[in-house]
Amino acid sequence: MKLYSDIYGVTDEVRRQRIPELLAMTGLAPFTERLAGRLSGGMKQKLGLACTLTRMPSLLLLDEPSVGVDPLSRRELWAIIKKVVAQEHMTVLVSTGYMEDAEACDKVCVIDHGRVLAEGTPTELLRYAEHTCYRTAVPEGIQPRVLQAALMDDRENVLDAVPEGIEVRFNLRRGRTPDALTARQFFPQLAPYPVPARLEDSFMYLLHQAAGSEDGGQEYAPLPSLPASCEGRNRIGTAGAAPVAEHGDIDIEVHDLVRRFGNFTAVNETSFAVHHGEVFGLLGPNGAGKTTTFRMLCGLLPATSGQLLVAGKNLRTAPSDARRHIGYVAQKFSLYSMLSVRENLEFFGGAYGLSRRELADRIPEILEEFALTDRQDALAGSLPLGYKQRLSMAAALLHRPRILFLDEATSGIDPIARRGFWRRITSLAAAGTTVVITTHFMEEANYCDRIMIQDQGRMIAIGTPAEVMRQGHAQQMNEAFINIVEAGRAADDYDPFAVKKKEGSGDAEP
Amino acid sequence: MLSRKRMGALMGKEFTQIGRDSSTFLIGIILPLLLIILIGSGLSLDVKQLPIAIVLEDDSPLARDAVSFVNESDYFEPHYVPSMAAAEQLMDRRTIEAIVRVPADFATQVGRGHAEVQAILYGANATTAASARSYLSAGLASWQADYSARHAGAATGTRGGVTVVTRQWFNDANTSTYLFIPGLIVIVLTLVGVFLTALVMAREWERGTLESLFVTPAQSLEIIIAKIIPYSCIAGIGFTLCVLTAIYGYDVPLLGSIPVLALALGIYIIVAVCMGLTISAVVRSQFLACQMALFIGLLPTVMLSGFIFDLHSVPAVVNIIGHVMPATYYMELIKTLFLAGDNPYLAVRNTCVLAGYAVVFLLLSLRLTRKKLD
Repeated sequence: MKLYSDIYGVTDEVRRQRIPELLAMTGLAPFTERLAGRLSGGMKQKLGLACTLTRMPSLLLLDEPSVGVDPLSRRELWAIIKKVVAQEHMTVLVSTGYMEDAEACDKVCVIDHGRVLAEGTPTELLRYAEHTCYRTAVPEGIQPRVLQAALMDDRENVLDAVPEGIEVRFNLRRGRTPDALTARQFFPQLAPYPVPARLEDSFMYLLHQAAGSEDGGQEYAPLPSLPASCEGRNRIGTAGAAPVAEHGDIDIEVHDLVRRFGNFTAVNETSFAVHHGEVFGLLGPNGAGKTTTFRMLCGLLPATSGQLLVAGKNLRTAPSDARRHIGYVAQKFSLYSMLSVRENLEFFGGAYGLSRRELADRIPEILEEFALTDRQDALAGSLPLGYKQRLSMAAALLHRPRILFLDEATSGIDPIARRGFWRRITSLAAAGTTVVITTHFMEEANYCDRIMIQDQGRMIAIGTPAEVMRQGHAQQMNEAFINIVEAGRAADDYDPFAVKKKEGSGDAEP
Repeated sequence: MLSRKRMGALMGKEFTQIGRDSSTFLIGIILPLLLIILIGSGLSLDVKQLPIAIVLEDDSPLARDAVSFVNESDYFEPHYVPSMAAAEQLMDRRTIEAIVRVPADFATQVGRGHAEVQAILYGANATTAASARSYLSAGLASWQADYSARHAGAATGTRGGVTVVTRQWFNDANTSTYLFIPGLIVIVLTLVGVFLTALVMAREWERGTLESLFVTPAQSLEIIIAKIIPYSCIAGIGFTLCVLTAIYGYDVPLLGSIPVLALALGIYIIVAVCMGLTISAVVRSQFLACQMALFIGLLPTVMLSGFIFDLHSVPAVVNIIGHVMPATYYMELIKTLFLAGDNPYLAVRNTCVLAGYAVVFLLLSLRLTRKKLD
């Protein structure tokens, strides 16, 4: 901060006053001595902002400031922005893919493929989606994502649908009525009721209108006889480590899992179980330990102590045959850029031990399933992000694994592609694949059967999305998440770094 | 248990990538060829077409005759200048590398039996200066010999003390190239083996593709072997090209037996490739792997393996360091094989040492690759 204030030519006097102010505002005061590289993602972002603000510019440009920042840190970031805007009459221009960010702005401009689709205040923009938004309760015994998928598949009537707790929210296409929904054939008891539009509804409406969906003609695996595929919900208990075996096979079992890096505890005494055919979400703020947990499950990282069984084996020590049962999609694209789509699939198929004949059958099938057939000879590195993501999933599913691990699979891809992604997950789960996924999109937790929230290495909540929202006293997953994390932090002052965090120490000398 | 199917897939992928990635081709094939041609023709301690100034303060036919050897020589490009001042000016402008000054009383001195010719050399280029000096003294000596022979009866005979240097310098101009080529092959092998492998493997670490592999049933040993074989092939191609260039391009004789050469080659390539894998497993970034490969693989091989400096004549510490490096043993063996012929004792000893290194680096790279997953 000192360096930046010098670069901006801030006088000593102003600096002496402003830096402590900014440190207090960003909550960075206790960390003044820590190297910037060792701060968490959210804190780095706040430090970047604080450095820029040492001069209080009249125009502040923020390029995707909240990417990879958890809801808690994002809310803090916005609190700072709002405060300086009010205090200093600053103009702030933000680019973002998050609707909460957009809702916080005075004026919003929707851009797609280099064209402005709409602009106005967030309230003005709502008009695009007005009178198209509905919610409906999910009938007893089925997962929200199944109903959401059924609605999404009804392309004639439905533009968009997302699960929300025990309900599904959807947007009708213009001129359609809820009575015409195909989903009613499966679920006559559906009772959609209109709800006010949100910015995201307008956004999705504009995107669909502008682009036509990239996934447009894609046919997804049909959901096998809908109501029957839904026995999953009633076998879900709240007790994380408690045996729930009577309802189905346990695919992943974790007991007192601990992982330390030096004297830093990344994951502390975590226990949970994932059942066969379940979609299990790992959520948490940056640095909560979810990636560490995830990597231990995949066998990419040894545990310091505790038990860990995946498909009955510890992947870290199991013979390579055990790894045949898992598929893994890394956070960043990690297939071979110099190989074509087909060659990548052939290669990973071979690495999983599929024979030439099996591959010859399986590859066209999976290319079709992931809408990659038309690009099969393109080099993987040249593909757009959405395609890459589908290719990564195709490569991980080629050998029909029993369990699929997805690390932040939806970050960086657009909302329409994200819907397509979850639609595929719904099909996979319906076909009996266990899915373990980390995500920082809180609303995506609603697609999961159960979620686990971690913070500072500890498991602070586990259960169905509805149960977690109840625990967080909130209607929205985002809010529930923030409440749970804050409550968890307030409960004790556990800190993996053993540095006192909440205390604003007086030595904020810049 | 290693699986043939998986190994096939892993290696097939490697070859496809090599075929697609022009940088592999560049480092593996073009660079070695370029190096052997460039260094082979340039890396010679002989100096040719050296621009020199001749100042004839004594303009007598005798004086002209004394330095006339520079006119026909391939080694000099003489500029006759009228005065010392003009010559100095040329030297300052770096147009010439040396000045030969024949003093005004040269003919008289010759008559007295002891003549001096001054040679002024540009000492900053020590090697060039040294070569120029030897050429000049040799040239003068040969003139003196001729002169004495022609005036055999003359009383002013052959007392002149000019150092006599063998005529080898002139006739065997390719001697040093000759010595360098086998050593150069080792450098090229090290470059391809260590550098290329380190780079390619570090790229896999960096891009996360290796992690994608680790979650498949493929084992570390399979992954490592699937790297060793394709890059050994590349290095083998590079080596063959270099040997062919040496034999046919530079007429280096191959006095030793080809099977021994091939065996030692195979082992050394495994050492080099495994060193590359070890480096990349430690640093996991292309940039660092590149630097490490240079500092650990290439530079010491050039400087300390006996390629440039004979290890017998370096300080003991450097000698010990040189003998820690596998390249030294291969260098010694290949030089002997090319230039001296078979030497069973040396072949067995050095091959065994190299095999030891191969095992050590293979285990090390395997262990580090496994361990780095933490």
